[in-house]
Amino acid sequence: MSYVMVALTVVAAGLAIVPLVAILGYLIKQGAGALSLEFFTSMPKPVGEAGGGMVNAILGTLILIGIASSVGLPIGIGAGLYLAERGGTRLANLVRFLADVLNGLPSIVMGIFAWEFLVRPIGHFSALAGGAAIGAMMIPLVTRTTEEMVRTVPQSLREAALALGFPRWRTSLQIVLRTALGGIVTGVLVAVARVAGETAPLLFTAFGNQFFSTKLTQPIAALPLQVFVYAISPYDEWHAQAWAGALVLIALILIISVISRFVVRSKHGRAND
Amino acid sequence: MSAALQPAAPAPTATTVTGRIDVEHFDFWYGKTQALHDITLSIAPRAVTALIGPSGCGKSTFLRSINRLNELIPGARRSGEIRLDGENIYQKGMDVVTLRQRVGMVFQRWNPFPKSIYDNVAYGPRINAQPNRVDLDAIVESALRRAALWDEVKDRLRDSALALSGGQQQRLCIARALANDPEVLLLDEPASALDPIATQKVEELVYELKRDLTIVIVTHNLQQAARISDRTAFFYLGKLIEMGDTQRLFTSPREERTEAYITGRFG
Repeated sequence: MSYVMVALTVVAAGLAIVPLVAILGYLIKQGAGALSLEFFTSMPKPVGEAGGGMVNAILGTLILIGIASSVGLPIGIGAGLYLAERGGTRLANLVRFLADVLNGLPSIVMGIFAWEFLVRPIGHFSALAGGAAIGAMMIPLVTRTTEEMVRTVPQSLREAALALGFPRWRTSLQIVLRTALGGIVTGVLVAVARVAGETAPLLFTAFGNQFFSTKLTQPIAALPLQVFVYAISPYDEWHAQAWAGALVLIALILIISVISRFVVRSKHGRAND
Repeated sequence: MSAALQPAAPAPTATTVTGRIDVEHFDFWYGKTQALHDITLSIAPRAVTALIGPSGCGKSTFLRSINRLNELIPGARRSGEIRLDGENIYQKGMDVVTLRQRVGMVFQRWNPFPKSIYDNVAYGPRINAQPNRVDLDAIVESALRRAALWDEVKDRLRDSALALSGGQQQRLCIARALANDPEVLLLDEPASALDPIATQKVEELVYELKRDLTIVIVTHNLQQAARISDRTAFFYLGKLIEMGDTQRLFTSPREERTEAYITGRFG
């Protein structure tokens, strides 16, 4: 009987990775053809012309990640530190609960919200609005990972610092946060990977841009948006470009995930006494 | 010790002996639970004072009151005075940071920072006094020498402190506390998790250090208290039952409860 059980779980484990393998395989098959150095260095070509690339969208996605990080990381890490160090208060419980709610919020809702408060008052779409929308999505992810990681820092380490005459803020920043840094970096990278592929919140915030723009106050291109636009177009060349764009996006996220795993290993190996 | 090694505390000279602790009517509560009742005692400088008593008797609470580490616990309250060199450490305007530089502490479970040996020792002076680099090297070496660790680690100061053995890590924690040049050193069962040889090293160290420090040590090990301390205080149920010269207290205790404890009838 237990052999059957083992066999079943092995099959389930195999099936679990089928989607990823299938998606990756199909993406490579469809997208690798359109992928070339040109894809990373040149602008999209008009319909009917061969070649062209998505440099504007790749750069746009990186800029959006940058904006999102400068919104999401300070708030998320600060809130996580608060929750871990002052976890028992009523405010802490409220923040923790709301962070979980925010985490489950559909991303399209986040986009609508950003549109209402960042696009409409200004009068046009902008990179800032898009970055803020996905940055807000990073906050709960970063908050909860930071809290978890800071909690794993042993109380004895805090006491050691305090007993040496460290002020409390210095203990939190220099000892606690730095000890937990490996885990926090991982959480941050996971959050970045997660929002890098978001499309819905960008639809009516960053909006996309067929031209090359790095202006933060103007609409900006993004890989997921470009893939969306190209995929629903009627042109075969654009479909190929969409596959290539999707492949680049997946590769980007995969690279971030691999880096995060690497960071975990090198940091955690040391932190364990 | 050179003048460069005195970053935080006023330099003790031959005439002024610092590090005297006087406790008067000290009470301490964790929320509604009273952990210490009306403690009055004096701790002599340049001597080892052992605090003994069964688990939960308040000896650790008392130890942590001397550097005000207890007040971080939510709901903690106290009344009464603890004076360090005549100055009430609980008075308004007393800087806790300065106090904790003057009163160093070493814990039961060694807790070096996950950093290099050098950085562990340099942390306190670096934060508290910001000496220049040359001073810092001298402070680190001096602290490690005083902790009898220098010869074992001088060739690998940049290695992770966590690579050291338990006994070495504990002596590193002592060196880390010494680098602040404290007047008082609080030891909370510093050897209870160490093997006999490492314990012996820590005990020898305590004996060396009392020449220029006030040492207060909490221990569950009565033989250890008898071996290394000059004076012993017996705590029971949050009260100070008896305090006196170690030899006298162990050979002819005045209180029945003291006698019962040191002869092993309870605890």
